[in-house]
Amino acid sequence: MIRPGLLLRLVVFTALIAFLAMPDRFAGLLAPLTDNGAPAIYNQGSLVSLTLSHLFTVALATSAATIVAVGLAIFVTRPAGAEFLALSRAAVNIGQTFPPVAVLALSVPAMGFGEGPTRLALFLYGLLPIFENSLVGLSTLPPAVVESASAMGMTGRQRLLKVELPLAMPLIIEGIRLSAVIGLATATIGSTVAAKGLGEVIVAGLQSNNLAFVVQGGVITGILAVLISDGFQILARRTSKRRGASPQASRPATDGQQAPV
Amino acid sequence: MTTLADAATDGAATPRIDRLGVVIAILMAVALALPFVTFRATRIAAGNGLRLFDALPPTAAAAVGAVLIAALVTAVANRRPSLRLALGALALVALALGAGAAGTHLTPADSPYARIAPGSGFWVGLFAGAILMTDAMVRLKLGPVGRLIALAVTVALVAGLLASGAWSHLSLIAEYRSRADVFWREAINHVILAGGSLAAAVVIGLPLGVVAYQLRAIRDPLINVLNIIQTIPSMALFGILIAPLGWVAANVPGAHAIGIRGIGTAPAFLALFLYSLLPMVANTVVGLNGVSRAVVDAARGMGLTVFQRLLQVEMPLALPVVLTGIRIVLVQNIGLATVAALIGGGGFGVFLFQGLGQTATDLILLGALPPVALAFAAAVVLDAAIEISGRGKA
Repeated sequence: MIRPGLLLRLVVFTALIAFLAMPDRFAGLLAPLTDNGAPAIYNQGSLVSLTLSHLFTVALATSAATIVAVGLAIFVTRPAGAEFLALSRAAVNIGQTFPPVAVLALSVPAMGFGEGPTRLALFLYGLLPIFENSLVGLSTLPPAVVESASAMGMTGRQRLLKVELPLAMPLIIEGIRLSAVIGLATATIGSTVAAKGLGEVIVAGLQSNNLAFVVQGGVITGILAVLISDGFQILARRTSKRRGASPQASRPATDGQQAPV
Repeated sequence: MTTLADAATDGAATPRIDRLGVVIAILMAVALALPFVTFRATRIAAGNGLRLFDALPPTAAAAVGAVLIAALVTAVANRRPSLRLALGALALVALALGAGAAGTHLTPADSPYARIAPGSGFWVGLFAGAILMTDAMVRLKLGPVGRLIALAVTVALVAGLLASGAWSHLSLIAEYRSRADVFWREAINHVILAGGSLAAAVVIGLPLGVVAYQLRAIRDPLINVLNIIQTIPSMALFGILIAPLGWVAANVPGAHAIGIRGIGTAPAFLALFLYSLLPMVANTVVGLNGVSRAVVDAARGMGLTVFQRLLQVEMPLALPVVLTGIRIVLVQNIGLATVAALIGGGGFGVFLFQGLGQTATDLILLGALPPVALAFAAAVVLDAAIEISGRGKA
């Protein structure tokens, strides 16, 4: 039995792959959006390679942000890093009021044009949700669990790896999901600073007044964002199920909410 | 073994030296070593970095340097939060005045095209001072009123500096001066886009949230759809909305007359409104769900009708959570309205993307800094409102 939601996603995913593989077959569908015989399918580069470099930029920045943010969250929740805890909470709150597009634009004077500023902005902004969620996950563990782990004779390191991180994992994955979705959107805007990605298609459409370009770029990025977000959500659900009944479900986290970018 | 290990780590938790202070001090030292301002012969020429003592007359440079060093020493050696707050604030003021003075000092009388901008040392120093202040405020556990006062003082100081002309020789201000009219027009556009879509979302989203709270059947599908919308990148949603709105403008009588167009403000406003619905609806539902059953039963026992109960009991109790939704919406819309410039929607993004197009750093800053400041101020004000509205409620 396949649930209707899953079926719909499979259909959408197949349609996306089909479009990326043979975009010209779909030209008839988009042609009504063009004027004066303008091309209906983006013709200044391959859609597949733009999609791949878009995804690569996001994957690279999000992985780096994950490593750094989880590392920092572990550090400030150990006794050795405790004095940084309050400040890092405040810093994350303040940081998240910065619009990602401003972070992107401000990276340009520092890094020049191209992939550099986009990756830097994605990385910097991507740190915030992952750090926040890891912090909530690691600092709100039921004390009884942590104490019994110590009572069993686990060292601090064992406790972290075998108890604390696995328990916090669903929240950490939720943070990575937020970061990836924000990253995907910011990378789209990155095309205005000459980063290779799907935003290029939208920008080209806006500049040449070709709605077909705008719509295909928009729809591809939109679908990618929704599918990636769903993937992480399924992963988060799996990990929290594997841990058995979850006290996490009732824990105040980010409520699964996110800001669009 | 464990107890020994724990004892060792516990010992490490209270070191004599404030390690955060050491980090701040290192940042301050780096700030002093880096160029304080950059000098450019023209607006888009390559910059030439000048250190503090090259950028200012000796006495002024010594004064700024002395304040920064005092902040550096305080960060390491003194743990009193009030002193750290004062020194952090003083460092920021010294940097701001110093940068302005450098602008006046360095601008050649015969070359109106020369541009002086704060350099990397200035920005690193600003960052260090801001951390010192933030940390002190966290330790002082400043209440909502205190935070509002701090915000008001900051706004007044910045406004005073701008009005006094102390920064008038800095390139950012020069950039502003040459387009002051457009700047304020786009500022109003930006506020209308962000605030108007918030107002629309409150008017539609609150009742929708109440309905979703009472009818379980539509709650999950509605939240799911809003969640999917929320996931779509702004540039994509702006773009996707151009086509249907263009069609409406061309085919629905009267639509064009009230300002609906394929590109411009209409798709931007609609997109921001759609993005705003999820936080509004979801937080209304969560807030109402959180009202204790006993309170609702007591209200029912007192003979209040469903409507009276909602307005007099449930909504007031749900207010802090609803306000949290409004905070999320306002901060996110101020940021997203910046992107609207890409589809002709106006706002500060106009300068940001123009600046990117011309590789003019000052123009980028002119477009990027106001939304950052607005979003930050909105967050401080609403956080305070949330805290005050939540007082005395279970």
